[in-house]
Amino acid sequence: MKNFAVVLTLLLAIAACSTTSGPETGGAPVETRDPNAGVTRVDVPPPNGANLPAILTSGVLAQRSIYFALDRYDVAEEYRGLLTAHAKFLVENRQFKILIQGNTDERGSHEYNLSLGQKRAEAVKQTLTLLGVRDDQIEAVSLGEEKPRAEGHDESAWAQNRRADILYSGEF
Amino acid sequence: MTSTFLDRFIRNLFAAALLGTAVSAHAQLAIEITGAGANRIPIAIADFGGDVGASQALASVVRTDLERSGLFRLINVNGVAMTETTPVDYAGWKSAGADALAAGSLGSSAEGRLEARFRLYDINRQGNLGGAIYTTAVPQLRAAGHRIADYIHEKLTGEPGVFSTRIAYVYKTGKRYELRIADSDGQNAQTALASSEPIISPAWSPDGARIAYVSFENKKPIIFVHSLATGSRQVVANFKGSNSAPAWSPDGSRLAIVLTKDGSSQIYTIAASGGGLTRLTTSAGIDTEPQFSADGGMIYFTSDRGGSPQIYRVPARGGTVERVTFEGAYNVSPRPSPDGKSLAFITRRDGRFQLAVLDIQSRQVQVLPDSSGRDESPSFAPNSRMIVLATEAGGRGVLSAVSIDGRIRQRLSVPAGDIREPAWGPFLK
Repeated sequence: MKNFAVVLTLLLAIAACSTTSGPETGGAPVETRDPNAGVTRVDVPPPNGANLPAILTSGVLAQRSIYFALDRYDVAEEYRGLLTAHAKFLVENRQFKILIQGNTDERGSHEYNLSLGQKRAEAVKQTLTLLGVRDDQIEAVSLGEEKPRAEGHDESAWAQNRRADILYSGEF
Repeated sequence: MTSTFLDRFIRNLFAAALLGTAVSAHAQLAIEITGAGANRIPIAIADFGGDVGASQALASVVRTDLERSGLFRLINVNGVAMTETTPVDYAGWKSAGADALAAGSLGSSAEGRLEARFRLYDINRQGNLGGAIYTTAVPQLRAAGHRIADYIHEKLTGEPGVFSTRIAYVYKTGKRYELRIADSDGQNAQTALASSEPIISPAWSPDGARIAYVSFENKKPIIFVHSLATGSRQVVANFKGSNSAPAWSPDGSRLAIVLTKDGSSQIYTIAASGGGLTRLTTSAGIDTEPQFSADGGMIYFTSDRGGSPQIYRVPARGGTVERVTFEGAYNVSPRPSPDGKSLAFITRRDGRFQLAVLDIQSRQVQVLPDSSGRDESPSFAPNSRMIVLATEAGGRGVLSAVSIDGRIRQRLSVPAGDIREPAWGPFLK
């Protein structure tokens, strides 16, 4: 796998731009340019795979998702045990960091949904902080509606997409 | 015409066709027009002189552009060929129903470039409305046609045309995302960025050379500024938390952005080269989707500070926040028009997301209904006459371009995959 972005130059033409007017043109303006001749393609390399300790890939710590009800941004009581387990691991293993990704369903503005997903991530972060995880171990971010777990366009899909996910060092 | 020129011409056209195929033959946007203006100007575009195949292609670009705008009605020219120097039979064109006529020719410049000459005539006043000579590289034949159509549009409607402008959008197929740049008629689509992670919120720099966007390639939203010609990318905002919703100041020096580094989503400005971060809003809730007004003096944004998402504005240098939308419980995605007269936004009415246009002076709101009820991400054409937005048709993401009076509507789609997040580029300088 390549470590650097592969840059393909599809078109080498360089946009030229000039305007002249003279007697040889019968008074009509002459305009010279090549719009859209110079877009260079950039390919973002695919991400590397993660290599995590077994404790994070099996058992309770392999459960990483917290689901939210419609228009709700607070952590439901049923996730208390799961978040307590993650907090315990992070307090005992201060070298580990986590990324909390908040998500929303697809309805509404992409950018506003990004902010709503952030509220879900912040709610999970706050719960973990109260359980003793240090602020510098946690980053709360949002993927908004951009990374749906379920691709459907009905309530059963939307319910799966109103979610926050926990990623550990190595996974982000 | 010498055979040498003809040979070279055909060879060049063949090369141009091949190049177009290699770029994205299967993913060009297709355009479908629904609706037209009430009083369309009848115009005849004669067949141009010069190489038959190429000059017909050129005249066809001009005709298609004018017709697609919904502002012109094409008069059938019945195969009449005229160059820019052919004497005009005004009486004949008048009886054919034309108010205007364009004629021209396609040749080759000394440097081997295409040279498109044309002249526009007012049939009723029996006068010459001027003309121009456009030279382009051979693969850019369509660009010359767009320039001619822009000239005709401006002479006959008094408004600059946008046929030569470009549209950026995100093309999604499966788990692949591409930021693409296409001509405003959907042709000549080129990929600026390809990624396995989402790309959203593309925004053109005022000079059309760069695009700011949000990429999720590092598992979180980060703002990049991307130079189209070179493909060089600069991270402008990668603060702790989410970085989103970039919008250029009209002078291109700064970006308004949204950061969560201090808690909830708040609006900041930052130099377009990075640095000089300044916080603009302070609320306990969400402030997002900043957009500069055309004069750069105001920043419009979406906030839930009043309980539901509504549009507000604040002086770009900071100051008193003023609420702009009042009707309905969900008004988002403000887009001030380049002429400063109106504000496009998305409103939710009865569960349907629809484009609305606010007249800033009169405060009147007109909702422009679309059949899908899934309108998103509006973007004004640089002449403020059309708005392109993302919507849905047949379960797939398509673009719709609609005139601000709602009469003229075009749909741009691809045979497979979704297109979304359109951003209409500036006039070419």
